[in-house]
Amino acid sequence: MIRAPHQLLGLGLVVGLAACPAAGADLRDLYFGEALYQAYQGQYFDALERLDTELAQYHGLDQPALDTLHYHINDAEFSVGDFELNYRMHQRAGRAIKAVLEGAVDESVRNEAAFRLARIQFQKDQLDDAMESLSRIKGTVPEEIKDDVEFLRANIEMATGKPSEAVKVLKQLRSDTSLGGFASYNLGIALLQDGRPQDAIEQLDKAGRLAAVDEAGLAIRDKSNLVLGTMLFEAANFDRAKESLDRVSLEGPFSNQALLRAGWAEATAEQYDRALVPWNILAEREPTDVAVQEAMLAVPHAYAGLKLYGRAAVMYGRALELFSKQIEKVDASIGSITEGRFLKALMREEARQDKDWVIRLRSLPDAPETYYLMELMASHDFQTALQNYLDLEDLKAKLTAWKTSIDAFDDIIRLREQNYEPLLPGVDTKFRELDSRIRLRQEQRKHIGERLQAMLTAPRPEYLATAEERIAGERISQIEKQLGNSNSPDALALRQRAARLRGTLTWRLETEYHERLTAAYAHLKELNVDVDALTRQYDAFVRTRQAATHSYAGYDAQIERLRSRVGDSLQRVDVVIAQQGRMIETVAINQLEARRDRLVAQQTQARYAVADSYDRAVRAQSGAEKP
Amino acid sequence: MARHNRITNKLGIEPGGSFTPLTPDSWSRARCEPIPAVGRAFVVACLLGLGCVQGWAQENTQKQAPQNKQQKAAQSKQAQAPQTNPPQAQQKTAQQASQSSQPQAQQNDQKQMRGLDEQIQEIKSDVLSISAELRGLEEKLLYPSGTQVAVFVSLTKGDTMRLDAVRLQIDGQLVAHYIYSAKELEALRKGGVQRLYVGNVATGDHQLEVLIDAKLESGEDFSRTEHFSFRKEVKPKMVGLTLAGPASGNTPIALGEW
Repeated sequence: MIRAPHQLLGLGLVVGLAACPAAGADLRDLYFGEALYQAYQGQYFDALERLDTELAQYHGLDQPALDTLHYHINDAEFSVGDFELNYRMHQRAGRAIKAVLEGAVDESVRNEAAFRLARIQFQKDQLDDAMESLSRIKGTVPEEIKDDVEFLRANIEMATGKPSEAVKVLKQLRSDTSLGGFASYNLGIALLQDGRPQDAIEQLDKAGRLAAVDEAGLAIRDKSNLVLGTMLFEAANFDRAKESLDRVSLEGPFSNQALLRAGWAEATAEQYDRALVPWNILAEREPTDVAVQEAMLAVPHAYAGLKLYGRAAVMYGRALELFSKQIEKVDASIGSITEGRFLKALMREEARQDKDWVIRLRSLPDAPETYYLMELMASHDFQTALQNYLDLEDLKAKLTAWKTSIDAFDDIIRLREQNYEPLLPGVDTKFRELDSRIRLRQEQRKHIGERLQAMLTAPRPEYLATAEERIAGERISQIEKQLGNSNSPDALALRQRAARLRGTLTWRLETEYHERLTAAYAHLKELNVDVDALTRQYDAFVRTRQAATHSYAGYDAQIERLRSRVGDSLQRVDVVIAQQGRMIETVAINQLEARRDRLVAQQTQARYAVADSYDRAVRAQSGAEKP
Repeated sequence: MARHNRITNKLGIEPGGSFTPLTPDSWSRARCEPIPAVGRAFVVACLLGLGCVQGWAQENTQKQAPQNKQQKAAQSKQAQAPQTNPPQAQQKTAQQASQSSQPQAQQNDQKQMRGLDEQIQEIKSDVLSISAELRGLEEKLLYPSGTQVAVFVSLTKGDTMRLDAVRLQIDGQLVAHYIYSAKELEALRKGGVQRLYVGNVATGDHQLEVLIDAKLESGEDFSRTEHFSFRKEVKPKMVGLTLAGPASGNTPIALGEW
């Protein structure tokens, strides 16, 4: 298939699919609806393939305005870009947007394309390019992206070390409800980067008190409170730090860090008994979490602070045990990854079916390689790599299935050829005979039609004589010829009779001419119905005959080319999937080794602290025993 | 005693759920739709990994936010605890050593990942093109335009009926019996159109029988059968069925022809 030109694809990036989905009732092009149906299920490959084909066909038409896709052409072109991005094909999407920017499109369309290009460039760390793309936005900006443009500008300013510029932009946006707490939080961070810690604290305090309506809003509020709490703690403002940390949801994703820091806020103020409250909650949580592992050391530290050295020694002992177990787990994970089980775990079918599969992977008893997966998954690059790996697996499955399909097509073609080849010569011979007869009759009909048409202006009654009349006329002529010029009385009498007969015949032909002409037209009309039926049958036969040949002839080159392309792609997929798998495993192992180093250090720390605590307990006991 | 993790990920973030620069597959939908399942899992993962995520602004933040006196004091106060000091020192040295080598390794990993990502994008593009050509070939071979008939199914906009199954008969022959998953139903409700059946029929008049099984919002079962006739001409025939529950006031099964 010929791919749609990039500029067409690029238009797809201008308006989000979700922003204006085509509704069933309003839909005029079923294939566009089908592409949406696939996309809404997250099947972007199928959606893209369908929509690309439709767009290519549409743009190949002489009169595209007559096609049903014409009613949705903007949506369709907008959607294809979204599908590409969702299918992680940023290069094609990026190239397409650039083509839109250089094309003759409306100002608002170009502005939105520039915005989308800037977002891709920002994401790829091409900050200068991103800013340049934003600078191309001039004139009318679609209302729905106005704030997004400014928000992106602020993020780029922050990333390029211009926090004061970001602050100016974000101040305009903080009241924007559509951006939720994000603008508010980012403003706090920009102020911090701008060297205005006090303003940053006040701003984050506001962000940490915003009402949250969804999970993302709750998460950003929690994060605001966590960052604020940490800043206040670092500023030795322990009470306010604790107040802020207490606002973090106990069930949210930041709760572990918040509990840890809340404990430190208390411990630093030497309120060890109060520090134990959050730390003890934390120590009971998922032991693979970094904060929980730190809490295992923090709890005995607090007991030591309370001079309960015996209790501290016991708790350090527990921590030691936990670290040993966790090191074993990490080792098991590393071993398991080395054996290739990590990738297998990621490919588990039940995992694909479950929307929270990443979270659930950790609880699979027979998948130790996934115990520390959550932190690994926090990396955007790793996430993309993993999704790419899954995409490659899907592509491999498709290509393998296509190989079989191509073989099946070959079979179909071979069988059809075997069936038709012996039959068609006989059919063709018979058809040629029929064809000549049909053509003869069609010529006759045409000739009659022309004659009748001519008779409207130049009447020819003899043309409308019946066969009987024609024979009678010919016989009269014959008689007249036989009589010759004889002047005998008999001959004269016979000539008169012949003249009377001819007169009668002529009289009939002349007087019945109009009636006969009308009847002839009526008969011609009746004939037309039969001729039309014959023509339809003829055309149907020709089509069927052509279809018979087309059903097996002319596919060889295409099938060979497809087979070769599928084979080449399969080879490439095999190579890249192996590289991708190795990369994922390497990254996972590196991550786990870093965790292992940390656990070993904590284990050493706990081991030392156990001994130290026992010493102190003994010293305290002996000190207490001395008078 | 190990010092608690400092918050280094003070990176400005975007709405849409991600706390690293937005994933390519999430930004296009930002603020338009709920975060997709995998994306949501990623967000949760990002949130959980607060201390671990190495955002692009992290280094800047670290450079621009040097430790203040109180912070140093807090650290030194922490360091005074005799039972934790020696291990902390050891750990710090080990962490410093690993931290210095980690960013370089991470950068290399990222570089390699991005290189592979570009290759994968090219493969995707190739495979998409193969798929389209193969589909065209399949249509030509199996469903030539002279005999092709396709039946599409869509739901009336805003209809709350829970469609369970659709059964199609053409000229008395069962040609399709489809049971819908929740995901497919959701896609239909959003305005997607399903190509339920593609097959071949001769030119001329044909009978189509459509049966739908559904559940209404009230929990009642809803079933309806309709009979239609359609004419197959020389060009491919597309039949669109728009389904609706009784609450919408529309015909339960409406036929549209393209």
